[in-house]
Amino acid sequence: MAKARGLVEILFDTCKGCELCVNACPFNVLQLSDQVNAKGYHPSMMVNPESCTGCASCAMVCPDSVITVYRVK
Amino acid sequence: MKGNEAIAEAAIRCGCDAYFGYPITPQSEILEYLALEDPYNKRSGMVVLQAESEIAAINMVYGAAGCGKKAMTSSSSPGISLKQEGLSYIAAGELPCLVVNVSRGGPGLGSIQPGQADYFQSVKGGGHGDYRLIVLAPNTVQEQYDFVDLGFELAFKYRNPVLILSDGAIGQMMEKVVLTPQKDRSVTLPSWATTGKTPDRERNRIFTLNIETDVQENHNRKLQAKYKVVEENEIRYQEFKTDDAEYIIVAYGISSRICMKTIQLAREKGIKLGMFRPITLWPFPKQKLFELSKNVKGIFAVEHSCGQMVEDVELAVKNNTPVKFYGRSGGVIMTPQEVLLFIESEMNK
Amino acid sequence: METVIEKTNVNVDIEALRKEIIKEENIVFKKTIGLTDNPLSYCPGCGHGVVHRLIGEVCEEMEIIQDVIAIAPVGCSVFAYDFFNLDTQSAAHGRAPAVATGVKRTMPDKYVFTYQGDGDLAAIGTGETIHAANRGENITIIFINNGIYGMTGGQMAPTTLLNMKSSTSPYGREMDVHGYPLNITDMIAPLRGVCYATRQSVHTPANVRKAKAAIKKAFEYQKLKKGLSIVEIMSNCNSGWKMTPVQSNKWMEENMLENFPLGDIKVPQDK
Repeated sequence: MAKARGLVEILFDTCKGCELCVNACPFNVLQLSDQVNAKGYHPSMMVNPESCTGCASCAMVCPDSVITVYRVK
Repeated sequence: MKGNEAIAEAAIRCGCDAYFGYPITPQSEILEYLALEDPYNKRSGMVVLQAESEIAAINMVYGAAGCGKKAMTSSSSPGISLKQEGLSYIAAGELPCLVVNVSRGGPGLGSIQPGQADYFQSVKGGGHGDYRLIVLAPNTVQEQYDFVDLGFELAFKYRNPVLILSDGAIGQMMEKVVLTPQKDRSVTLPSWATTGKTPDRERNRIFTLNIETDVQENHNRKLQAKYKVVEENEIRYQEFKTDDAEYIIVAYGISSRICMKTIQLAREKGIKLGMFRPITLWPFPKQKLFELSKNVKGIFAVEHSCGQMVEDVELAVKNNTPVKFYGRSGGVIMTPQEVLLFIESEMNK
Repeated sequence: METVIEKTNVNVDIEALRKEIIKEENIVFKKTIGLTDNPLSYCPGCGHGVVHRLIGEVCEEMEIIQDVIAIAPVGCSVFAYDFFNLDTQSAAHGRAPAVATGVKRTMPDKYVFTYQGDGDLAAIGTGETIHAANRGENITIIFINNGIYGMTGGQMAPTTLLNMKSSTSPYGREMDVHGYPLNITDMIAPLRGVCYATRQSVHTPANVRKAKAAIKKAFEYQKLKKGLSIVEIMSNCNSGWKMTPVQSNKWMEENMLENFPLGDIKVPQDK
């Protein structure tokens, strides 16, 4: 069976860059961006999208509900 | 029927949804009467609950009132002090509710005998912030009864807490009462109430916090505009032999009952004495008192306190005529004779 | 949508991936309709946001949004009434269980929950908490324990650990002066009015899932009129603790959970 593949969308301007999702991701998919959002935070973003399985661990720990998770099998 | 029992019976009959109370002398009969009647199971379905404190009771009222229910609590002076935080929140959140103060002598634990020393607390805003309570002062057991329904009517009309400022004497007094038929409890709740957010409307919020100062100021302005409407429309008072009076007593509650006798005694001696009784202590009937004061030689503010309402009397009279104060406090009840003696001594000065 | 997915040093055709995967039917997680669109006022990484979301998700999944009345406290979560997409009342400090009592007694068919922090529930509102529990009020208390007063700037709470520093215990909480950390959930659990008492946390994805299950259970017990349910949720306060969010979760696991062990404290005995 093929590995599930996932993708996350992170709201750029609502993310507070707390890094909890980066830490929670089992596959090191996420990192904080070098860019600064409207609130002055470095939002989280995908850096290794090919590793994402859509497990939603990032979304689980996200306090601000800024992550939408997609998954295909 | 006892004054306190009249309040309890009136609550059931006017369709009140919930009473939350805590025992304190001299008003415990209200909770006791309701407990015995058991309206939740045997009559109107009204909730009756003894809370763990006056603070909890007033906050239970907040919760029920926030759901658009007719909710009330009662207590006596020290307990009413504990409710002030809740009253400030209820006024700020524009919730309708009824609070009864069967007041006693203070300050502190004071005495358990009747007192009227909670006037400032009642009409000047006992809690923090710019708010007003509509304050009704009964002087008969019938009025104790009638003001419950009236209180709820005003509370819902203006979305504002209403206080019945009674005293230990009226609360403990026994008089005949004409009862009214049982009203149904309301099934339709106001549109602003927290009843569960249905998809067809925005969520309802009951809150009192406005971090942004201009928002808070606008809220205060809205409240003040409402209070102005109340002042224009809800003033209530009673005049007694004022038509030919040369001197006028201003008294409310138990003091006004005692002064009825003082007036009778004075009239027997040929002294043209009358009485003006504010029924709404807030809004205070200042305009009417101002008019009356133009045509008399003196005004006597008589209270069971060390002088509280007298300040509003002086403000209303505006130097038209001398205002003198007579009061007893600490739970001591004045006699009609001693009031007359005071008036005579002042007249002869 | 204000989304960004940046291509950095990886050699993946991100646009092709997006096209393939980002479809409505592939969504496995999105923000619950139990919350409003208002951005949360909490500090980055604060556990409050997660717990808010879990409550919103439970309400959405149980399809009870129209039947819930929430009671917000005073503290960091004072604005909860702007975040829950629910009818909400904001209570005075510590009074939420009394307010909830007034609501539940007059609206017995609604789900009523309070959302309170440790200062609100375990200090100023101790009396209301214990008596609502003892009466067996059919309400749910969601109790966020982060061992500190966050809103007012990191003062000592009843739950602050011994030797833990705060702005009012700058040399650490001393037993002789301040007493011990108060474990109020264990304290009220034995009361016969309490049907369900549990302590959860939201510092890892697995714990988040467990916490959500606990909240759901509490709401279900409320529906069954079993009495008061309390779900204590251990949370971080990275600003108050002066750590990064990631550090604070680690610190919590290493220090807080010893005093406040996770797991069910009381579950309903009958089926």
